[in-house]
Amino acid sequence: MRLQAPENTVTFTFDGRKLRGVPGEPVAAALMANDIKLVARSFKYHRPRGVMSAGSEEQNALVTVGSGPQAEPNVRATTLEVSEGLEVFSQNAWPSLRYDVMAVNDLVSPFLAAGFYYKTFMWPRSFWEKLYEPVIRRAAGLGALSGETNPDKYEKAFAFCDVLVIGAGPAGLMAALTAGRAGADVIIADEDTQMGGRLLREQEQIDGQAATTWVADVLAELDEMPNVRRMTRTTVTGAYDQGTYGAIERVAGTRDADMPLECFWRIVTKHAILCAGALERPIAFPNNDRPGIMMASAVRAYVNRWGVAPGQRVAVFGNNDDAHRTARDLVAAGIRVAAVIDSRADAKVSGDFPIYTGAEVIATKGRHALQSLTIRHNGGVRTILADCLAISGGWNPTVHLTCHMNGRPKWDEEIASFVPTAGSIPAMETAGACNGTFSTAGCLAEAASVAASIASDLGFEAEVKVPKADDTAYAVTPLWAVPGKGRMWIDFQNDVHVKDIKLAAQENFRSVEHMKRYTTQGMAPDQGKSSNVVALAVLADATGRGIPETGTTTFRPPYVPVSIAAMGAGSQGKGFAPERFTTSHRATVARDAPMIEAGLWYRPSYFPQKGETHWQQSCDREVGYVRGAIGVCDVSTLGKIDIQGPDAAALLDFVYTNTFSTLKLGRVRYGLMLREDGHVLDDGTTARFGEQHFVMTTTTAAAGLVMRHLEFVLQVLRPDFDAKVISVTEQWAQFAVAGPRARDLLNTVLDQELDDTAWPFMSCGPVDVAGVQGRLFRISFSGEHAYEIAVPSRYGESLFRMLTAQAEVMGGGPYGMEALNVLRIEKGFITHAEIHGRTTAFDIGMGRMVSLKKDCVGQSAAARPGLIGDHRQQLVGLRAKGALSAGAHLFEKDADAVRVNSQGYTTSVCYSPTLDTHLALGFLENGRARHGDVIKLRDHLRDITQEVEVCDPVFFDPTGGRARG
Amino acid sequence: MGYSGFRVIKEGLFGQKGWKPVWRDPEPKAEYDAIIIGGGGHGLSTAFYLAKEHGMTNIAVLEKGYIGGGNVGRNTTIVRANYFLPGNSEFYSYSLKMWEGMERDLNYNVMHSQRGLINLFHSDGQRDAFARRGNAMINQGDDAILLDRDGVREHLPYLDFDNVRFPIYGGLYHPRGGTARHDAVAWGYARGADQRGVDIIQNCEVTGIDIEGGVVKGVQTTRGAIKAKKVGMVVAGRSGQVAEMAGMRLPIESHVLQAFVTEGLKPIIDHVVSFGMGHFYISQSDKGGLVFGGDIDFYASYAARGNLPMKEHVMDAAMTLMPVIGKAKVLRSWGGIMDMTPDGSPIIDKTPTEGLFIDCGWCYGGFKAVPGSGFSFAHLMATGNHHEPAAKFRLDRFRSGVGLMDEEGTGSQHNLH
Amino acid sequence: MRITCPNCGTRDRREFYYQGDAIAVHRPDVDAGLDAWDDYLHNRDNPAGETQDLWFHEAGCGAWVVVTRSTVTHHVQDAVLAEKVKR
Repeated sequence: MRLQAPENTVTFTFDGRKLRGVPGEPVAAALMANDIKLVARSFKYHRPRGVMSAGSEEQNALVTVGSGPQAEPNVRATTLEVSEGLEVFSQNAWPSLRYDVMAVNDLVSPFLAAGFYYKTFMWPRSFWEKLYEPVIRRAAGLGALSGETNPDKYEKAFAFCDVLVIGAGPAGLMAALTAGRAGADVIIADEDTQMGGRLLREQEQIDGQAATTWVADVLAELDEMPNVRRMTRTTVTGAYDQGTYGAIERVAGTRDADMPLECFWRIVTKHAILCAGALERPIAFPNNDRPGIMMASAVRAYVNRWGVAPGQRVAVFGNNDDAHRTARDLVAAGIRVAAVIDSRADAKVSGDFPIYTGAEVIATKGRHALQSLTIRHNGGVRTILADCLAISGGWNPTVHLTCHMNGRPKWDEEIASFVPTAGSIPAMETAGACNGTFSTAGCLAEAASVAASIASDLGFEAEVKVPKADDTAYAVTPLWAVPGKGRMWIDFQNDVHVKDIKLAAQENFRSVEHMKRYTTQGMAPDQGKSSNVVALAVLADATGRGIPETGTTTFRPPYVPVSIAAMGAGSQGKGFAPERFTTSHRATVARDAPMIEAGLWYRPSYFPQKGETHWQQSCDREVGYVRGAIGVCDVSTLGKIDIQGPDAAALLDFVYTNTFSTLKLGRVRYGLMLREDGHVLDDGTTARFGEQHFVMTTTTAAAGLVMRHLEFVLQVLRPDFDAKVISVTEQWAQFAVAGPRARDLLNTVLDQELDDTAWPFMSCGPVDVAGVQGRLFRISFSGEHAYEIAVPSRYGESLFRMLTAQAEVMGGGPYGMEALNVLRIEKGFITHAEIHGRTTAFDIGMGRMVSLKKDCVGQSAAARPGLIGDHRQQLVGLRAKGALSAGAHLFEKDADAVRVNSQGYTTSVCYSPTLDTHLALGFLENGRARHGDVIKLRDHLRDITQEVEVCDPVFFDPTGGRARG
Repeated sequence: MGYSGFRVIKEGLFGQKGWKPVWRDPEPKAEYDAIIIGGGGHGLSTAFYLAKEHGMTNIAVLEKGYIGGGNVGRNTTIVRANYFLPGNSEFYSYSLKMWEGMERDLNYNVMHSQRGLINLFHSDGQRDAFARRGNAMINQGDDAILLDRDGVREHLPYLDFDNVRFPIYGGLYHPRGGTARHDAVAWGYARGADQRGVDIIQNCEVTGIDIEGGVVKGVQTTRGAIKAKKVGMVVAGRSGQVAEMAGMRLPIESHVLQAFVTEGLKPIIDHVVSFGMGHFYISQSDKGGLVFGGDIDFYASYAARGNLPMKEHVMDAAMTLMPVIGKAKVLRSWGGIMDMTPDGSPIIDKTPTEGLFIDCGWCYGGFKAVPGSGFSFAHLMATGNHHEPAAKFRLDRFRSGVGLMDEEGTGSQHNLH
Repeated sequence: MRITCPNCGTRDRREFYYQGDAIAVHRPDVDAGLDAWDDYLHNRDNPAGETQDLWFHEAGCGAWVVVTRSTVTHHVQDAVLAEKVKR
């Protein structure tokens, strides 16, 4: 029921029913205004539940928002803003919220005590996956995901400041004002739609005017300051190292196609002031979970701030003075107070309503909404009619963020609560209610003083100017659970009640961590915000210990649940990793070549031609180009590293197993690089362009790794070397021109004719390419007479188009990765399929390339007994009539294909059109000594069994005459 | 006191009054035949098998905090046997078979759920590497199926097949892979060990290891000195500190690995799914929370908590692979201390000190090893001989280079992760 | 988490590549023997407390940095260029 008719309303729906609400108010308030009390079902027993709080700590009122792909489960109705057309659905109930079949669980709840599932469902074994688990899974869970791709927009952002103020209640506003006035760069963040915190819900005065007026004045002043940023709808979710905080902003509040739904912030600050306030805690009494039973402060919020009455006859039950504000405000709003029940016999209460001190609620009635409660008073029992019960078990300071870096809060007997331990988070101070300072005057004074001290640490002059405010002391006498029988809920969401905790203690789950894990208390969506302290107190009582010795569980980030989409914003679809394109990409795609991922790069798989229906046809044709005429391939993705300096050659000698200082100017050498653990890191060629100038080529996959490795060697291992390295992969476009007509093709683009004596195999040097300075390397990864020609990247596309056009005239054309792979397998050239991180130079038959005349990275470790010898699986070639597969294992011909008989495996396979046979590279125990043997290849997964002949890995042109000629 | 559905109903009718402590809290004795340092999954299972298989009941498990409070209580609960290198292959295969009989052995429902695990691959090269792995699994007698793209779609229709940065080529399906309720494993072993007479002593931190003439004599603890003929160190991330008490320096660096769980949701993910390009793995718990994780944070740490870059990276991977879970909200994240070895494989071995044994180096994969590790370590401690399936987990393999088990191929030295 | 680069100041951890124990600076001679290399490559103090480790400012200036840091609190105490560390 609304206390006053609103000016402006919109229509939204709840379970399909059209309702009116005020835009911007929480859905919880709008439901209350429409006299809807039953809004949800609990997790385990499917108990009917209503709204319990007025904030993000809400335990009961979780709803699903929207439909179709945009449907969002588990949204708190207490923070969800009403807007036109908003669709809200209850969840975890079937067929309807009112008549929920699973509520049968509540009837059999004696058999579903804490941890019952560990003791049963064990027989017969196969029933777990087939029967028990599917039933449990379907019953469990709260809301449902839509099952469709998330269509909404999300963002991530960084922000930096001097002072981050977390929370904008009285303390937070005062802190931001003080630091802001001093000149510090301030961010103040609050999860509410408006700043002011509890001042928005309380009837209080600050500086002689309404607290809400003071709030408005402060906000106006803050908005005038260019050095202060205010972030509403922004919850600081986690505290991380070196002043980094995570925060989630509900950007639009309501759904707006142009705005991101949420933004995840990384806020880096020099100082933080936690002003997170406090959360009211419930009291455990029998059936304390009925719709209509809610926190006393929430009742005030709905009445004072949102102008709705949570009931027509409201009772108040508390153990502290603060609860009495509720009765006072209800009366002021014209709502009937059915009774005030204070568990303290000495409580001082006055008012025009029935008052019961030293009394306790011992029962409640009303299935879908509270109807009455029974109290125990003066040795008697009395029933009170009420449709709303406001409860207050006292306040828990919101210490969560102070615990995110392993800080433990300490117990404060005075307020019967945990308070932060100073210094728990470096450079974070706490002020106000989160620090156990509950009066408004105390909050303001503490915050001003903390902020001023931080500002002066930052070198600003700060003034402490505190307005006058309420300084009523807060007095509480703990009451955790009302003595007596019946189920008394502690963790409402996970349906954990007092008996569950006592059972845990009985079964020796006495550690608070065990109790939590055994009962699931504190593991529901609210993460025990309301239930932890009560549960702890009940456990302490059950185990005969005090609360401080019982300890606390750890609060972990995030403070409120954060959507995966927000923290992973930008990564949906292609955004996960950068995309790298070669200069020939456009020309390649224009030829309909299917592009495949090669690390971050895209490379063509093959270049289809008319009439070809299978990649194998294209591949065979392209191999034929290279073996018979001419092929062109973009090899720019290979890493290129420019190395210069007096010790450039010494660096290469140190990182390669073989010697490079002896390499002549204008020549290229193949090099093998080891990790320090003695296994192969990478291979490639390095060319010498000057006495002190080399250009190294790495594999595509290891380009970044090698660059980092070289810097490591230069800065960490050998800072005595005077050399510099820089990646030039992006700067040069490079193309392989391979085949018997390679020289002819190049001569069509080079300004000077190639001369075979000046350009022998493994030579390099500068060339002029159609007037552009380029580089030419006579190297071959195909075994043919071949070159790689490099030009500055901006000419790459033109050169590719020229080369491919000319190649086609000569009976060749471009070739892709498939053909490149066949060509290199025919020649036994290795890639990272072979040097997969576990192979040594010895394994790949390059043991002799490890020069012992000098030190190099990996040399010592490679000499370990385990890394050399006949027991190692060595690189071999395998030949067969039928198709082979990579990843198959190798066995003796007649051996069973089981682990103990596995002697090796295949790494790369192809059909060789050149040799008209199937080839594989692989590793085989003592393989080099077994050339000529016939063994068995077995691939269980693809059901392939083949007899294969072991041979040298160089299948084609073993003497290498074609490359040299 | 046996657990059964019948008992649950009976206790339900009589107010749960008959349930006894799942384990006792005895005072430490002055002397034991053997002491296990560390009341985690591996330590508790070691104690259980020492008692069950070797009749050693005069033994104690010393735990500095509460049992099951380390990695066994904070992991992503995945149980699998999909290793491919000799040494790992036979061990994890053996361990998975033990899982399949664990509930009967323990009379405790650990909710071992063989819902199937699918490792996705995203290139021809990855497919071939997974084929080698899958073939090794079948060679070992385990199960593996190579799925093509359509095969993956049949099992996991909710993945992004169209826009994902690294297209899905297929997956290696391990039907016997799955999950279990992690805490229950610790509690079940504790209960089983306790029932066989093992003293489980919580809040008892070992502060020294007594060694005389190269022979272990006992330990010093915060609850006094305790003599023992044999001592087993099973302390995961804290292995460096405990081994140091015995004068050892281990091939271990302790790192932080984070994990995440969302709010409860109705069933959407029925398998364990692992993303080949982003180090991301996910399953859905029986309670409905999505449980997932990624890579270690990549810095040595004992803080048992992580930082944002890796958290975000994990969410990034989730969003590219399965944007269907975008609106699931992360409820809790936590970090464990991982005992990372140079090659990523564990150590179960004797030490240079007679009577002192070590079981460590499980990196971020120790949960599935809990039964196998306990069984093998108990075998080693009781008999002095290596248990065959774990015989390759030697401490000196790094020095010699013999039998390195680098499943990822990233290197057998720490700094090449 | 933020790491201090001696060249660039404090930067987000995601700009850095982590390498591990700064023992890497003290590389043994090629013929120092199996034990020396075993200690260098594998065995670690692995302290719960102050440690020195190597970070590479890969997405920044390209410096290798030796960071003195607590493995328990993650507090960064000091950072120097690796090439300036005494060997």
